[in-house]
Amino acid sequence: MFPADLKPEQFGGYPPEARKLAIEYLGVFQGLPLSFLPSLLREVIDYDYRFPAERKTLEKELANLHALSGPELKEWFREFAGIQLSGKLERFDWINSPSQFVEQLSSHLWTTHQLDAFRKAATDYANRLHAAIPADPPALPRLGIAVIGQGVDVHEEQLFRRLRPHGAFFAAIQPDDGLQRLLDVVAARAKSTPLPYAHWYIDGGHEILHPAAITCVSYKNLEPARAALLTRIQAETTKAGAGPEALRTVMAQMRPADLGVDQSGDRVLDYFQVKLLTEGSGTQIFSTSFAQWAAREALRRAQPLTLLVRFAPRQRQKPMSELLAPSREPAELDPIGSLVDADMGAYYNWINQQRLPGSEKSMFLAWFENHREAVAISPSMPRGTVSTSAATLPELLSWMA
Amino acid sequence: MSRFRQIAQQLAFTRREFLRNATGVALGSALLRPSALARGATPSSKRKVVVITFGGGARDQETFAPEGQENIPHLVRELIPQSTFFAQVVNRGILGHYVATASLATGVYETINNFASLPPESPTIFEYFRKDFKRPASDAWVVAPSNGFNRIGESSHRGFGPGSGARVILPKYLLSAATSGSADYGHLLRDSYETPLSAPELGGSTFELEQMERILKLSVDDFRSHARTLSSPDELSVYIVRQLMRQLAPSLLWVTMHDIDIAHAGAYSLYIDGIRRTDRLCAELWKAIQSEPEYAGKTNLFILPDFGRDSDDDPGGNGFQHHRTGDALSRTTWMMALGPGVREGVVFDHPVETIDFVPTLGVLMGFSPSFSPGKPISELL
Repeated sequence: MFPADLKPEQFGGYPPEARKLAIEYLGVFQGLPLSFLPSLLREVIDYDYRFPAERKTLEKELANLHALSGPELKEWFREFAGIQLSGKLERFDWINSPSQFVEQLSSHLWTTHQLDAFRKAATDYANRLHAAIPADPPALPRLGIAVIGQGVDVHEEQLFRRLRPHGAFFAAIQPDDGLQRLLDVVAARAKSTPLPYAHWYIDGGHEILHPAAITCVSYKNLEPARAALLTRIQAETTKAGAGPEALRTVMAQMRPADLGVDQSGDRVLDYFQVKLLTEGSGTQIFSTSFAQWAAREALRRAQPLTLLVRFAPRQRQKPMSELLAPSREPAELDPIGSLVDADMGAYYNWINQQRLPGSEKSMFLAWFENHREAVAISPSMPRGTVSTSAATLPELLSWMA
Repeated sequence: MSRFRQIAQQLAFTRREFLRNATGVALGSALLRPSALARGATPSSKRKVVVITFGGGARDQETFAPEGQENIPHLVRELIPQSTFFAQVVNRGILGHYVATASLATGVYETINNFASLPPESPTIFEYFRKDFKRPASDAWVVAPSNGFNRIGESSHRGFGPGSGARVILPKYLLSAATSGSADYGHLLRDSYETPLSAPELGGSTFELEQMERILKLSVDDFRSHARTLSSPDELSVYIVRQLMRQLAPSLLWVTMHDIDIAHAGAYSLYIDGIRRTDRLCAELWKAIQSEPEYAGKTNLFILPDFGRDSDDDPGGNGFQHHRTGDALSRTTWMMALGPGVREGVVFDHPVETIDFVPTLGVLMGFSPSFSPGKPISELL
């Protein structure tokens, strides 16, 4: 099966809005190489469950492809057309299972030493696309906040080593009621700029009370879903013929109802949470991995204006065989190790925020929870400096603006 | 110059400068006298070689970059000053631990499925060595981290294959057998950090539990008791290696470390713990080599990662967590060589490839790795 042979009825298995979109752009799809199209269909098939920012990006990409002339389209995809595929890939049901096709394509590219050529083709395409469709600036400068170190009383090693060169380090923050004050700032931004999925609060433990206008995801809330997923994984591993690829296929096909994450009335967020658990590595077992990955995915997909991430202690390391077995025993925690994880996670949050449009005006604050240390990064903050002046967290945020 | 080459060279330069500043090693050049390694410092028939893969996958910023040096004190203070160090070892193959280790062991970029129970397609170093020197199976051993490595000892290549390669010990498999899968030992039994699935069925020349007492002179009870005192699978591997050295003294011994690969779970502190443990275990093995009569003074030790991990800057990855992007940082690693005939305290920063390793050992030990396209590393010859 090749893209040129596509017909409208072949998209009958797609959700309603995705099907409509696919049929609208069928002519575009027919002109794309097979090494590229399933990657695009992977976005299209989930269109009904995508965030507004993702939908807009996809719509713009499709409109741009539609506007290209035949020779232009050929030139844009010349490198992709040069990728050699196997007969097995050509026969794969890439229309209905584009994600699984992409997984197998990845394996094929490694095996046939075409990965570098594919990377170059993908990078060149992304650069062309960005040049053709300039990104919209955010409605207000983005603000990222990372709160790390919950449960740690004393820590002697230097924190925020990777972030400090990019901003100002504050050594005398007044920590009183700090988390609530930061959440108040998020709430105020949500009130002043009430856009859907624009203001987020991710908690690696128990979430605290927050206004409904803030999109919230927490590790604790997903505990039943995590347990259900681990039970499912265990069941799959004991089946005859089980293998990593079969397991990935099962996980890729999971829906919110499979994990009991379908009660919120927000199907977009339900699907997002399922993907955090089925696509993230370590998100099912370590709360610090969950918080970091959830932040990465929220930034990449929803492109929020405000993102507060609070890391919480993860469980002490256990082997996979033990971790995969749901237990009634309360998990022993590792606050110090989690602080190290979260310190790195905060750095990654900043990097991922800086990949979004408007990065030149973005602000980022990382704070050691209930302690006096914080680092603030914004256009107004002198880089690589240290301040010992006393300040509250809201004051610090006001200086960053 | 491609971007990949620029980054790889910058990486090598950083390592070289760090090593010069931190350890006082000299920058190698073609003007230096040739190494005595291949000129017979030890007769080939008596020479022993131990290979440690520093796995699975560690980045520069957590090892040889200035900010990473605190994680590898033993390599920096004890081993580097005694070694010839190669600062730019490039892996152009598939970045999966089994297939990359198979590529290292064959000198060919293998393309076998990383997660399947398959032997390498090209002859392994163990097969070349045994065939050319007519050595018995007891003279070449692999100690590997997980069941997935059970086929690493011998290839499917016609003319080599079953019975002609190395014996393979999978310490975690032995422990599992010794404890009948008891949950008490669960913390050591995890097979792979990349997938929660159990590994494929065992096959090949796998060392079985009942052979432990006969060959390693180690009772199941002693093995079980000692395992209770260990904190990681790699510590168990080193324990087995030391038993092998004492009881069989194989001429070719290959140890694959794997604790570092816990990074796949996304916990940075556990990844760092893995690096620090591997650093310590490498130094312990070097000390063991120097203290064992069968090995002291006639053993060369080679330490090298199978590959690196993704950079923080590549949006296609998630930093240290994986090795999936194929970027320059994940492909560029290092290697150190120690022992008789090796120039001490020298660093070379020109690129060599991981598939050059087997041809280099071929020249040093005197076997012919005829199916490897790699080139012997001249600075070790």
